[in-house]
This record gives sequence, structure tokens and C-alpha cells, in this order.
Amino acid sequence: MKDLFRGELVRLTHEEPSVRTEAEARWQRDSEFIRLADSDPAGLSSEKKIKERFEKQAEGGPSPERYFFSVRTLAEDRYIGFFGMFVDLIHSEAWVGIAIGEREFWSKGYGTDMMKLCVQYVFTELGVERLSLALHAYNPRALRSYEKCGFRLEGRTRGDMLREGRRTDTLWMGILREEWLGLDTDTAPVE
Amino acid sequence: MFDIQTQLFEGQDIRFGPIDHEKDPEIESKWTHDSEFMRLMETGPARPLSAAMIKKQYEKLEKQIEEDKNLYHFMVRAKADDRLIGKATLQWIEWTNGNAHLRLGIGAADDRRKGYGTQALGMLLRFAFAELNLFRLTAIVPEYNEGAVALLQKFGFVQEVCRRKALERDGRRWDLYVFGLLSSEWQERIKR
Amino acid sequence: MKDIFTGKLVRLSAFDPEEMSKAFVRWNLNSEYVRLLNSSTRPMQSAKSNAAWMEKEAEEISPASYYFSIRTLAEDKLLGELGLDVINWPGRDAFVGLGIGEPEYWSKGYGTDVMNVLLRFAFTEINLRRVTLNVFEYNPRAIRSYEKAGFRHEGRMRRVLNKEGKRWDMVYMGILREEWMELNK
Repeated sequence: MKDLFRGELVRLTHEEPSVRTEAEARWQRDSEFIRLADSDPAGLSSEKKIKERFEKQAEGGPSPERYFFSVRTLAEDRYIGFFGMFVDLIHSEAWVGIAIGEREFWSKGYGTDMMKLCVQYVFTELGVERLSLALHAYNPRALRSYEKCGFRLEGRTRGDMLREGRRTDTLWMGILREEWLGLDTDTAPVE
Repeated sequence: MFDIQTQLFEGQDIRFGPIDHEKDPEIESKWTHDSEFMRLMETGPARPLSAAMIKKQYEKLEKQIEEDKNLYHFMVRAKADDRLIGKATLQWIEWTNGNAHLRLGIGAADDRRKGYGTQALGMLLRFAFAELNLFRLTAIVPEYNEGAVALLQKFGFVQEVCRRKALERDGRRWDLYVFGLLSSEWQERIKR
Repeated sequence: MKDIFTGKLVRLSAFDPEEMSKAFVRWNLNSEYVRLLNSSTRPMQSAKSNAAWMEKEAEEISPASYYFSIRTLAEDKLLGELGLDVINWPGRDAFVGLGIGEPEYWSKGYGTDVMNVLLRFAFTEINLRRVTLNVFEYNPRAIRSYEKAGFRHEGRMRRVLNKEGKRWDMVYMGILREEWMELNK
């Protein structure tokens, strides 16, 4: 069976709250990063608050509804970003949020490599029927990356983001299990 | 037109009211035992709840309203006898973006197809756009809820997203529609 | 869409800790009932202490657990309890546990009717792909009832129960969604 945690450029890891805190405190200073990732207004949190947030997340123990992976580069073993999934167990649908905090790793294929690992994990290990995500219309780099991973654009909610005095849309995408199976016979499960 | 005379919470046959912690739990408990209603109203699994459980939910709801300040909840009552007939909510309000999601349900099958939903939605839209100053409203509806789709379209909601096969129910998968209405679109309609 | 809470003889209703805890006390005075339902020994508990743990459980609404009280359609009488617990999400498999506390309702088709309602709920609302149960070898009435609802024998844990100086098997049964759909076309 394939190594689900290893891609071509990155590998999936679990990082301690202290490591994540240091990185997050740095990354949040890059407001472009925050504004690409979130819809809530950008803000700055103290290291103490960030650490508390991560420790609280880790507290619960494993849950069938939530998954989180930190991501390191294979070449330099640098911690560059993460992705997290929420699973709606009843409807067998997962949602993913993904981000690369280290700016020099943007536009180099790292995001696509990360997302491919996520898609593979979700369909082969979690066995869900659908994977969904949302992104800002002003993030065309993400749109291209997700399309490469097999996501289809399903619509746009009009003008639901107001930033810098301009209204932009949120794009909604999804990939169905049967589509993913048809996509890549290398990663399709053996019957 | 600066119309502060027209009532926000009083409709023709219905009115918006707060939760009645004494009387409402019993009625809502009955609705939760009606799986047809629950499957129209909720995407989460239908499950019957006791009045005691509903009461606890009300408490959580009011706490959330007070603490998070991103939620408005109205009980819909028949004006004639003050009977609880439904509920209307504006939730996930994002103040900086001017968005919210709306939810609306008329609980008893006998109370549907009487125009109460239309009246309630009209009042909810006015509250959202003319009082909360929102830019847009979103409603999420499964494809099998034809009544809700028709009602939203009647008010000019546009289907913006089709989340394909996002819901499983009754042995098959269904699409989930995301509808949106902009304040400007609503303003146009009420002018006419 | 069909009404998934109502059967031919019974309906599923909210699990109300106050009402249920009192009923529990009554039902658990019947040692036959206690022995049919419980593999380990059970001390008698007061309504108050029953209510305490029930309330705690009722508070936690989780996609993995569903508890119902069973009521007759005819007189709205409280008959028993029903629970469904998801044990494996990728496999979409849940355990069902059922107890009819009123002995005059045994052997009259109520158990089968409850199970039919439960299976419809499990397969069309929780979207499970299989339902599992275990039942004691010395409860042939229940085994028969589950067979009628479509459950198949899947195995036994041999001699794991110890009652009346004898050892008994725990019988495992299961039903797949496609089997249930076939039976209920």
C-alpha cells in the first residue's frame, strides 16, 4: 500500500504546539497570507493565546470528525504549512482548509502536492463520498491548484467578501469520490 | 423613504416574538417527532427531542445570542391565538462583510401552504436589510425541498452554487443548493 | 419522504430521562427482563440515580449515538428503550440495543416492528451500511424476532455468559443495507 503521508515535495507530520506556535506567530504578521486564507478580519494574537488555542485543540483526543496535518518539505525538512479537515459523518462529506505560511514556497507546486495528499487520504483512508472547499475569487493561484487536484467549481456566492473597499465572491468547489476514482488509476484503491 | 412606522415584527397573520420558555418547548418537541418536517428543516439527522431537551437548547441559544452577537432568532406566532407556528433565524452573521444565513420553518404540516412562510420570509428580509443593514443573505436548501426552493425564488433569491451530491438521505445522494439575495436586489423588488 | 419514526404498532419518541428513569425502576424489578437484557450483573438503582446518568447522556447530542423511547401507537404507552451507537464510521456500522420492559408486549410482534423502524432510520437517515447486534443464546424469542427483521447470524462468542450455573454463547447478528433494501422494496 502507498505511503499516504509522503508526496513528491512534502511529507505530512504532527508538530507540537510549541513548534506550531512559533510559526503561526510569524505567519500572522503577513497580512496577505491571512487575507488569502480567512474571511474574518485579519488580527494579531499573542503567542500565549496562539499556544492556548493549539493546546486546547490537542486536548480533545482523536475524533472521527477532525483531522489535522502539519507539512514539512522533503528537501529541507522545513515546516511550511498545514491542512485540516472536518468530516460530516452522516453525509460522508469532508471539508478542507489548507495554507502555506512560508511565502517562498508559494507558486512552486507545494500546495498542489499537499492537496493531492489530502485528497488521497480523505478518499482512501476516511472513505468519504465528497471533499469540499471554499476560496476567495481573488486567490487564482489556489483555484488553479485545486483544479489540478480534481476539484470542480460548483458556484460562487456573490459579493460576500468586502476588503479594501471592494466586494469579491467566494468560490465553492467539490470533488466526488467517483470522480477521483476515475481520475488517477495509480491512486485508485485496489478492489 | 424613511419608514420607521411600518412594524418590523407584526405581519398580517403572523408576528415575530421571543422564545416562551414555558410554552414553546412542548410544541417544538412535537415538531422534532415529525420526521417529514425535520428532514425539510435540517440537514443533520432527524431525532425526536423531549421538551426538557428543547428547553436546554433555548438556554444555549440565548447565551449564544448574547455572547457571540452574530445571531438573531425569532419565534413565528399566529396573531389570532398567539400559537407558536414556526421559527426564523439569521445566523453566522459576518458584520464586516455584511452577510448572514437565514433559516425558516413552519412546524406543523397543517400550518403550511397558508402563506405564513411567505409573510415570515418577507419580514425577515426587511429586518435583515433595513434594520441590520446586511449586504446579502444566503440560504442553503436540499434539492428535494421544492417548497423552500419555490419560496426563495419567489423573493428573487438566485441559485449561486450547486454542491453536488452533498447530502445523503432516503438511500440516495442529493444536491445542496446555495441561494443568495443581495440587498440591492431586495430594494428593487420592494419598490415595485 | 417516509415517516421514519412510525411503524405499524409502535413509534420512536424522545428519550425523556425523568419518565424513563421511573420506568426503568419498574422494569428492572423483573429479573427475567434484567437477565435477557444485561450480560453482566446489574444492581437495582433508584429512579433518581437512573435519571442522573440518563440526563448526562441525553445532554450529549453526537452523530454517533441515538436513544429513543418506544411507545405504542394505540395507547401511546411507554414500552421500552432503543439505542443505536455507531462503532465504525468508515465501515458505517452501528450497534443496536433494544429492550421492551413491559412483559405483556413480548411475543406479539412489537420487537420486530421496533426493529423494522430502527433499520429504516439507520439506513435512510444515518446512512449506515450495516447494523450489528448481539443477543444471548438463552433469548430465542429475541433471536427469532431479529431473524424476522432480516438479521443474519454472523457468529457466536462461545460460552461467554454465565447464568444459572451454565455457560451460554453470545450470538452476533448483522444486516447489510442492501439486504434490508431488498426486503423492503
